[in-house]
Amino acid sequence: MDNLSAFDMIGPVMIGPSSSHTAGAVRIGNLAKEIVNNEYQDIKIYFHGSFKETYKGHGTDRAIIGGLLGYKTDDPKIKDSLKTAAEMGIKFEFFPIKLENVHPNTVKLEITDVDGVNTTITASSVGGGKIVVTRLNNTELNLKGEYYTLITFHQDQPGLIAKISEILNIYNLNIAEMQVLRERKGHQATAIINLDHEIEDQILSLIRGIPGIKTSKLIKPLN
Amino acid sequence: MENFNTVKELIEIAEKKEISLAQVVIDREIKITELSEAEVREKMKETLEVMRESVKPALNQDIKSMSGLTGGDAKLVDQARKEGKSLVGDLFSRIIANTLAVSELNSAMGKIVACPTAGSCGIMPGSLLTLAEEYQFEEEKIIEALFVASGFGMVIAKQASVSGAAGGCQAECGSASAMTAAAITYLMGGSNQAVASAAAVALKNLLGLVCDPVAGLVEVPCIKRNAIGSSNAVTAAEMALAGVESVIPIDEVITAMKEVGDALPESLKETSCGGLAVTPTACRIKKELQTESL
Repeated sequence: MDNLSAFDMIGPVMIGPSSSHTAGAVRIGNLAKEIVNNEYQDIKIYFHGSFKETYKGHGTDRAIIGGLLGYKTDDPKIKDSLKTAAEMGIKFEFFPIKLENVHPNTVKLEITDVDGVNTTITASSVGGGKIVVTRLNNTELNLKGEYYTLITFHQDQPGLIAKISEILNIYNLNIAEMQVLRERKGHQATAIINLDHEIEDQILSLIRGIPGIKTSKLIKPLN
Repeated sequence: MENFNTVKELIEIAEKKEISLAQVVIDREIKITELSEAEVREKMKETLEVMRESVKPALNQDIKSMSGLTGGDAKLVDQARKEGKSLVGDLFSRIIANTLAVSELNSAMGKIVACPTAGSCGIMPGSLLTLAEEYQFEEEKIIEALFVASGFGMVIAKQASVSGAAGGCQAECGSASAMTAAAITYLMGGSNQAVASAAAVALKNLLGLVCDPVAGLVEVPCIKRNAIGSSNAVTAAEMALAGVESVIPIDEVITAMKEVGDALPESLKETSCGGLAVTPTACRIKKELQTESL
């Protein structure tokens, strides 16, 4: 209760009908937009479980597309998002899917941006509008959109993580949480670093300049 | 700032400091958000405006839910009232119609205030705002009543739950009805004890209510249960303002609600595996909707 706000009880202001199937789906779209960070060419949406069974009545389809267009959970434009996206020339299609070991409210997104870059995201709406991205391309993760999150894709090698933390330390950026994953020793690895504060472009460039880092992304928190 | 985990503590803080129940909740909010009192009040004013707007569309337009299953009932009740056919009188009839209107808007992907949840969003605006309009209360007083409601909601969320999946509909419409009964009683000038009694009676009356949505949607029976939540809140407030006390104190009712919620089988907690959701008609509706699904 210490963290409960009066506006958690009288609020949030949202587009109905469901915090998990509508508001949560909008937030999944919002986070996917942050991750892709480019105009869309083609979007394939795969609904699993309860999303598959009830997406139409809950407007989950409109919510996901609305979220991808950047609408917030209280934006009445969500209701017309399918029409809007089609008018913008974005191709999108919905499919059923059965995924293993996932929350009942789960969606898989396959997004191709205008530069032809493919991104695959699996995310779940876990209640009350809270969400978690559990897979990004081939990497399992736990991304909730609560922090500034730095994701690096790099070659697994000794000292690389130390170099990242050294840079963050110099600029006095506190690491709230950190997770390092790799396919196998010496191969592709991923670091997911949750930070309390935003990273300036200059610091991001320094991190990107570390030998062995192939790409990196900075994802802003939702709302 | 003093925090409270029970309604008893909330009232004790108010009486010790000689401030209103609303002020205790506002002071706590200022502390945790680091906003000024004016900002906190302004935020609630904006929320109140959304609530007020959410009453209108389903009374003035023909709206349908996304599934096509619901919509239009608020208009029917309002029309009957306008034609002088109300059984219970103009004010109560408006409360029922306005409550249905907000819940129908929610099912039709309209903009609402979750209070405490989207599924129970019709109760507070339907009854509190209709009464506030009828008796022409000042904006600041309505805002304070909403803070009182949120204070009671926070205690319920802390001691029990406001989620249908965790506690059944008693946790959603029951909590909303209790919060609303408290807000109405506060608005009408009831004592702190009367406010607590109203909430206790409202929650007691909906204890055990199951969450059994047809086809898993926030429509049947949710929309009409909001109307019952409003009727119940007004009835509880009417009694409390007349001096009727709840024999069981609100904090004990909240604990009982938690126990009942825990004892309810999973089939009656938002899974659509029991109750109305498995009736022959519900099964037929579900099947019809599935032919349109993926």
